[in-house]
Amino acid sequence: MFNYDKYLRTDKLPHIWCTGCGCGIVLKSMLRAIERSKIPQDDIAVVSGIGCSSRTPGYLDFNTLHTTHGRAIAFATGLKLAKQKLKVIVVTGDGDATAIGGNHFIHAARRNLDMTVVIYNNYIYGMTGGQVSPTTPAGKRGSTAPYGNVEPAFDISRLAIAAGAPFVARSTCYHAVQLDKYICRGIKKKGFSVIEVLSPCPTYYARPNRLGNVVDMMEWYKNNSLQIEVARHTPEEEKKDKITIGILHDTERPEFCEVYQQLSAQAKKKYVE
Amino acid sequence: MSFRYEFRLSGSGGQGLILAGKILAEAAAIFDGKNATQSQSYGPEARGGSSRSEVIVSDEEIDYPKAVNIDLLLCFTQEACDKYCTDIKDNGILLVDKNYVTKTPKGRFKVYSLPITEIAETKIGKALVANIVALGVITGLTGIISQQAVESAILSRVPKGTEELNLKAFNAGIELAQQAG
Amino acid sequence: MTNKPNAKLMTGNEACAEAALVAGMRFFAGYPITPSTEIAELLSRRLPQLDGTFIQMEDEIASMAAIIGASLAGVKSMTATSGPGFSLMQENIGYAAMAEVPCVIVNVQRGGPSTGLPTLPSQGDVMQARWGTHGDHPVIVVAPSTVRETYDWTIKAFNFAEKYRVPVILLLDEIVAHISEKIVYPKDEEFELVSRKITEKDPASYLPYENTDSDIPPFAEFGVGYRYHVTGLSHDETGFPTNNPEKVDKLNRRLNRKIERYRSEIIHYEESFLDEADICVVAYGSAARSAYRAASDARKLGYKVGIFHIFVLWPFPYEALSQIARRVKFFIAPEMNLGQIAHEISCAIKREVIKVNRVDGGLITPNEILEKIKNVQL
Repeated sequence: MFNYDKYLRTDKLPHIWCTGCGCGIVLKSMLRAIERSKIPQDDIAVVSGIGCSSRTPGYLDFNTLHTTHGRAIAFATGLKLAKQKLKVIVVTGDGDATAIGGNHFIHAARRNLDMTVVIYNNYIYGMTGGQVSPTTPAGKRGSTAPYGNVEPAFDISRLAIAAGAPFVARSTCYHAVQLDKYICRGIKKKGFSVIEVLSPCPTYYARPNRLGNVVDMMEWYKNNSLQIEVARHTPEEEKKDKITIGILHDTERPEFCEVYQQLSAQAKKKYVE
Repeated sequence: MSFRYEFRLSGSGGQGLILAGKILAEAAAIFDGKNATQSQSYGPEARGGSSRSEVIVSDEEIDYPKAVNIDLLLCFTQEACDKYCTDIKDNGILLVDKNYVTKTPKGRFKVYSLPITEIAETKIGKALVANIVALGVITGLTGIISQQAVESAILSRVPKGTEELNLKAFNAGIELAQQAG
Repeated sequence: MTNKPNAKLMTGNEACAEAALVAGMRFFAGYPITPSTEIAELLSRRLPQLDGTFIQMEDEIASMAAIIGASLAGVKSMTATSGPGFSLMQENIGYAAMAEVPCVIVNVQRGGPSTGLPTLPSQGDVMQARWGTHGDHPVIVVAPSTVRETYDWTIKAFNFAEKYRVPVILLLDEIVAHISEKIVYPKDEEFELVSRKITEKDPASYLPYENTDSDIPPFAEFGVGYRYHVTGLSHDETGFPTNNPEKVDKLNRRLNRKIERYRSEIIHYEESFLDEADICVVAYGSAARSAYRAASDARKLGYKVGIFHIFVLWPFPYEALSQIARRVKFFIAPEMNLGQIAHEISCAIKREVIKVNRVDGGLITPNEILEKIKNVQL
């Protein structure tokens, strides 16, 4: 039996998350994935922005950096480049990563610097009390959308793929065992890996939208998810309201650190000449 | 007695005036061992718009780096000439490119209207080096900076492979100054 | 950096980039903006040759974030920008101040507000440099006026950042940045280089934000076994967030005291001809060049004019100016803004300052200052 305490700052518990929140599920999955990856604890840095999910690093016994809203990936970029032996994991939310941090997110995907970004997608701004985010489905309510959300939503995984991320996976808090595997694969991937996790916010998303309690939400994830292998053979109309989960994209692209090292070697040769 | 000599090279963006200014300053400061500053004022665009490059040469530390009492004004456009000719000091020099500046103002300064760009085109075969031809004329007319220093500065600043072409342009300018002088 | 020629004609931006390398800077993140871009261009060529990192980020917010990340890995880091980009950096400058991350931010000032005058000089950001980010926070701001000073003060900026664990802002302006001047290269050994104090404690007893006698907590870099937490939230000595009023008060007071108590070590100014002066011209940055010329012209005309040239703008030299105010009656402050530092001067001297201001993109001329000198009713 895996003992989580090894990676936890147990004196910082209990955590601040609401009953039924998915953040703890993702946190534990991440720790199982890290254990499986066998990367030394001292070599791991966990970087976050602002929001509920971004409180994760505070509970984790690694090199942890809790930054400003939306900027985690940009901080992580400097950290990784300055100390390349570090395995950098960015923990962020839907608002943090795709609204205020959207620009950093797409450019990091394009740049393909080696890091793993775990995005807790709960369709809402939880920390500030339930305002709509870029992933809130159209029509759903939030404290800033009392008549329903007028905007269409981002598909984070598709956004990441389109921007160039070589590894993109999606899971839900219900599919925690799969999630372990995806995060571990992401960590081991040389390049920019994105793991989107659908995560329940019973307090600020489920309640105003009358989606029931956390058990109902878990049921919903279970019943509305399609594994990518199945989804590939499912007609479009049947997939309309379903969420495709699994490893959505896995390809090879030159990684930034490696490319930079080659460039640096050439520049040095010229410098000596 | 300390001396301060002020050059202003004016025209429009893309005519190489900032480079010409840097060459003059480098010649004076590094190869002639004096003090020199070069500063510029230019618009946000890389080509076109007005461009102005100023060089101060002195045997003392240079505090205020802008030209206010000009010893030599070079103008590559009529507009620049109209705008700046009043800043020339008594007995200073106004040098204009004959082909671009047709109306030369009168004042208590010497006027040299010379076919700088034309020489660059006909003698060197490249209008692009008009700025270097102008450097030759300036060097010849003023005697403030040694010919050798300017040559050295040209060699250190122009792109590799164009050294010969630029030196030829410079010498054409010196010749032009001699004919005019 | 060997085989440097003895004397070279270079711009302020070039001097800044070269000096940063001498100071040991090995990480630069930036975003193109006139009139600072040459610093990034030069470093994009030089850093890869020196095993350093150059990265062009997607904006200035990210640039500032990246240099903080790099500094936490123990690498001296820098970014360079101008007004609009400096505005974007404010968020994370505050983070660097709060999390005590050493770094240097170069702001080559251009005309503002907003996009303003991209290619023309200004000194409009001196207050923003001090107070641009929210909350009471420590910061050091230096403002050189020549190419050689830019070289020296870039190195000193890194030393301040490292010693006091603060973001240091190097305020240039378009004139200083783009002017070409002769610089007789100082030898690298001429400079004392400071690096942040590293903790001697073991990971188990390390407190990343410990209240020490010096008020400057020793540093541990990421990835060497300390596994501590860094946050922009108000935190206690352990680095973890707290709302405890006592602890928050302690943190905020220490952060600011950390600079205030070392004021005398940080502040730098140069006085000339002030012993017998009736009039003191207080100047900084490229406007100081006009001031020197105006003062020497005025002395030739028989006026007793001295100069108080400020190199470190923040912390501000209130005490020194107040001393001078005992014997000098009139103070003139030429600035390429509408009197941002003039206000601080009058706080120090307890009387009005004669202002010479330009906000049209032009450098103040010696004559504009001289006219004010002539008009003083002695």
